[in-house]
Amino acid sequence: MGGATETLYSVIRRQGITRRSFHKFCSLTAASLGLGPLAASTIADALETKPRVPVIWLHGLECTCCSESFIRSAHPLIKDTLLSMISLDYDDTIMAAAGEQAEAILEEARAKYKGKYVLAVEGNPPLKQGGMFCIDGGKPFVEKLRSMAEESMAIIAWGTCASWGCVQAAKPNPTGAAPIDQVIKNKPIIKVPGCPPIAEVMSGLVTFITTFGKLPELDRQGRPKMFYSERIHDKCYRRSHFDAGQFVEEWDDECARKGYCLYKMGCKGPTTYNACSALRWNGGVSFPIQSGHGCLSCSEDGFWDKGSFYDRLTTIKQFGIEKNADQIGMAAAGVVGLTVAAHAAVTAVKRLTNKPDRTAPPK
Amino acid sequence: MFVRDMRNEARQPPAAVDAAPTERGIGHRGAYVYDAPVRLWHWVNAAAILMLALTGYLIGTGTPAMSGQASGDFLFGYIRFAHFSAGYVLSVGFVLRIYSALIGNRHATQIFCVPLWRGCFWRDVLHEIRRYGFLAVEPDRRVGHNPLAQLAMFLMFTQTITFMIVTGFALYGQGAGSDSWQDRLFGWVFSIWPNSQDVHTWHHLGLWVILVFVLVHIYAVIREDIMSRRSISSMISGEREFRD
Repeated sequence: MGGATETLYSVIRRQGITRRSFHKFCSLTAASLGLGPLAASTIADALETKPRVPVIWLHGLECTCCSESFIRSAHPLIKDTLLSMISLDYDDTIMAAAGEQAEAILEEARAKYKGKYVLAVEGNPPLKQGGMFCIDGGKPFVEKLRSMAEESMAIIAWGTCASWGCVQAAKPNPTGAAPIDQVIKNKPIIKVPGCPPIAEVMSGLVTFITTFGKLPELDRQGRPKMFYSERIHDKCYRRSHFDAGQFVEEWDDECARKGYCLYKMGCKGPTTYNACSALRWNGGVSFPIQSGHGCLSCSEDGFWDKGSFYDRLTTIKQFGIEKNADQIGMAAAGVVGLTVAAHAAVTAVKRLTNKPDRTAPPK
Repeated sequence: MFVRDMRNEARQPPAAVDAAPTERGIGHRGAYVYDAPVRLWHWVNAAAILMLALTGYLIGTGTPAMSGQASGDFLFGYIRFAHFSAGYVLSVGFVLRIYSALIGNRHATQIFCVPLWRGCFWRDVLHEIRRYGFLAVEPDRRVGHNPLAQLAMFLMFTQTITFMIVTGFALYGQGAGSDSWQDRLFGWVFSIWPNSQDVHTWHHLGLWVILVFVLVHIYAVIREDIMSRRSISSMISGEREFRD
């Protein structure tokens, strides 16, 4: 466990990196973040003087896909993030300690870095039955989350579970699983949705917080703007086919082979905020649309409950039948059209039969 | 001044609104009902809705695949452009229509201001329902909208169009970016529905509500012109004349 006063600079010098290389890194970082020439010295100063940010990583109801994604980060390499940039004091999945020893570390870190650590939460707490659906260290996870959140500086909600609820909160949500912002109300929460989030988004966010010692700018929904300000659709490389009106009609048709837009196959890129089309996955190799499948909208609220993954409209179940808005609308318009026709027919019949009784016939 | 007018109007029973003298009468059998701005708005609005419905449906379902290079075509882009342009026309028109409701004659306020709290209004609505159910026969001699029509316009048109404008600009703001005025002004929609797929779904449903309204509206207008022996639609000349 790294000491609280240790800086990034002292750690990388210990690892044999020269001061010259360190300044090169600062200049490159400043350039890649789009900052001015003076920012390089600001970054260097920050990394030389500011202590590394302690991070405590908790796991609730989840599948560990966020951790799996995180450890595959290529820019920066996860080795650098874990060993140099942050002081990851507790993460029960990848730490060596276990059992009571691990619990002791957690308590120690909580006391030592009071108000200074970042609480990274993967997964979410179930709230029904006093939270007994997720027991962690002999206690309901929700209690652990509340007590750790109390002394934290900020909370990172990793993945769709922590941000929105994801599959365990899908209807009918038997365990009452709830996203972090419904449990913790008094701390800044950064949502990093995605199932899982992109590795570079996760490590990039951690880099930002360590470098600048503050939280990035968030959008209306609490997501960092630098990665979630645009939809998949806005940067999709198939966008030109969308604008031209060139769509795939069947999964195995000629248009699919030509790489046309997957809009008509129910691609949810136009309603999904994520960085997939910009950063891509596995070190920039590909992303779902590039691999020929539409976006499932895994980083959006309640994506399990919106009906088919291959329909761009949410399924409406209120009428007892599962139909989308257009099918219901067409049916309603048809019924009203028939009613109008029938009413017109009755009107005509009435008018014809009543004609002799009219007091004022037309001139 | 118009505030005082509206207050006076609120105190009057609906029948008094209809009987109220307008600036330009054409004898006791007819009246000048819809002033020029309302008529102009009506037809611009109708054209915009037609355009929005057609392009909106195409945007929702997608066009048949075009062949050739993507660089050579911009079909879907043009369809979306037409939708957005018509949306702007509709929105600007609607804002001007609200303004004309405030300064115009009493009939201009009818689709915005419905006396839902009045017993006599609901009695008139019931009467209209009976008339459409062939249970009452006396023809409609009202100068403006009848109470049932007023209710339908308020619930199905005024409110739906407001909803469509708000959700439409919110969705437009997604493409325009988070620093656009559309997003600043209408982005709060996504605080209600965080997943914009739901907003799309509601926006689609709105189209069908408008379409159902259009069906009923056109049928009722043609039927009333025949059954109540009124002049062919007063939305063209502005004057409503009773031929009997």
